[in-house]
Amino acid sequence: MNQWSNFTKGFIKESPTFALILGMCPTLGVSSAAINGLGMGLATTFVLAMSNLFISALKDFIPDKVRIPAFIVVIASFVTMVDLVMAAYVPALHKTLGIFIPLIVVNCIVLGRAEAFASRNSVISSLIDGLGMGLGFTFALILLGCIREALGNGSVFGYKFINPTSDGILIFVLAPGAFITLGFLIAFINRFRKTS
Amino acid sequence: MAKKESTLKNMVICLLTITVVASAALAGVYNMTKEPIAAAANQKKIDAIHQVIPDFDRLKRIAYLPPDGKDSVILYYGYKNDSLVGVAVETYSERGFSGHIGLMVGFKADGTINSIEVLEQKETPGLGTKMTEPAFKDQFKGLDISKLPNEQPKVKKDQGTIEAITAATISSRAFCDAVQRAYQAKKRGDEK
Repeated sequence: MNQWSNFTKGFIKESPTFALILGMCPTLGVSSAAINGLGMGLATTFVLAMSNLFISALKDFIPDKVRIPAFIVVIASFVTMVDLVMAAYVPALHKTLGIFIPLIVVNCIVLGRAEAFASRNSVISSLIDGLGMGLGFTFALILLGCIREALGNGSVFGYKFINPTSDGILIFVLAPGAFITLGFLIAFINRFRKTS
Repeated sequence: MAKKESTLKNMVICLLTITVVASAALAGVYNMTKEPIAAAANQKKIDAIHQVIPDFDRLKRIAYLPPDGKDSVILYYGYKNDSLVGVAVETYSERGFSGHIGLMVGFKADGTINSIEVLEQKETPGLGTKMTEPAFKDQFKGLDISKLPNEQPKVKKDQGTIEAITAATISSRAFCDAVQRAYQAKKRGDEK
């Protein structure tokens, strides 16, 4: 597989959100506004790329039977670093994302890519896979976030395009709205993938 | 290098090495970010005080433990040229829709509310989070709590005067609760 398709597969073809349906907890939780999706996506991208890189480099050193605990330690360390660095330098964004940053540890995408890709492929491919998957996840979160924010709050990235005192369709910023939007998006993307 | 066999020795060495290296890296990052994190939190507090009370040149800090609470409410008396210009009260409520809510409530020297800033909240995005917007919190501006029935600010649903946030009555009530706590603490502080 060439590196370019390795990178782009995370957007539609093997999109963690739309095709693999992994990491639903943060997807549904933080996509209530576009900016949260962006922050969460980039934080996950960093963790994915770094953990893929390290796990791929260490794959011959880690015996099979302890690979899962070893992967988790590597992933958890990067997540904690991201958490601390964000708290120090972007406190406002860190506050909005709250519990979801530490929860990157249990995001299936990260462990999934470590297990399915990084532990079997070269360091460079793994890094690119991590970046592609992370940015694909970011793209999915922003898409979901924009739709939910636009319908639910009448704004995109905080810029209001309806009367500032009126509300949007409230259900879209709540949990049920997340499921509805995600369902429609997956249906739409599946249709698009089948016809192309 | 060939793949390591899953023998006990190999597994122990591998996990030990990884955890030791990871802890060392984390300790490094923790030390590096400790000061910026504390500074950011402190700066946020100072910014909030500046926003809720008029310009001051000296602050006096008093901690007060409310009888029903587990955390102290912090009173910041702001003075300019040795005369009191306002009191900023760092208050909280545990009754939010998702628990803890932290506010900085500013009182003018005459006891009416000057302005309120939200320090922390975990309310539902798009609903309870609207407590940070002027449309809701500016209702408290100029409010004299000592003139309210039972000295309590309340939402309209509870026969009060505050228009609650649509679909977030619990968050609005918690906000009132925190303001009430600030008022009670300030009353005690003023007696001293």
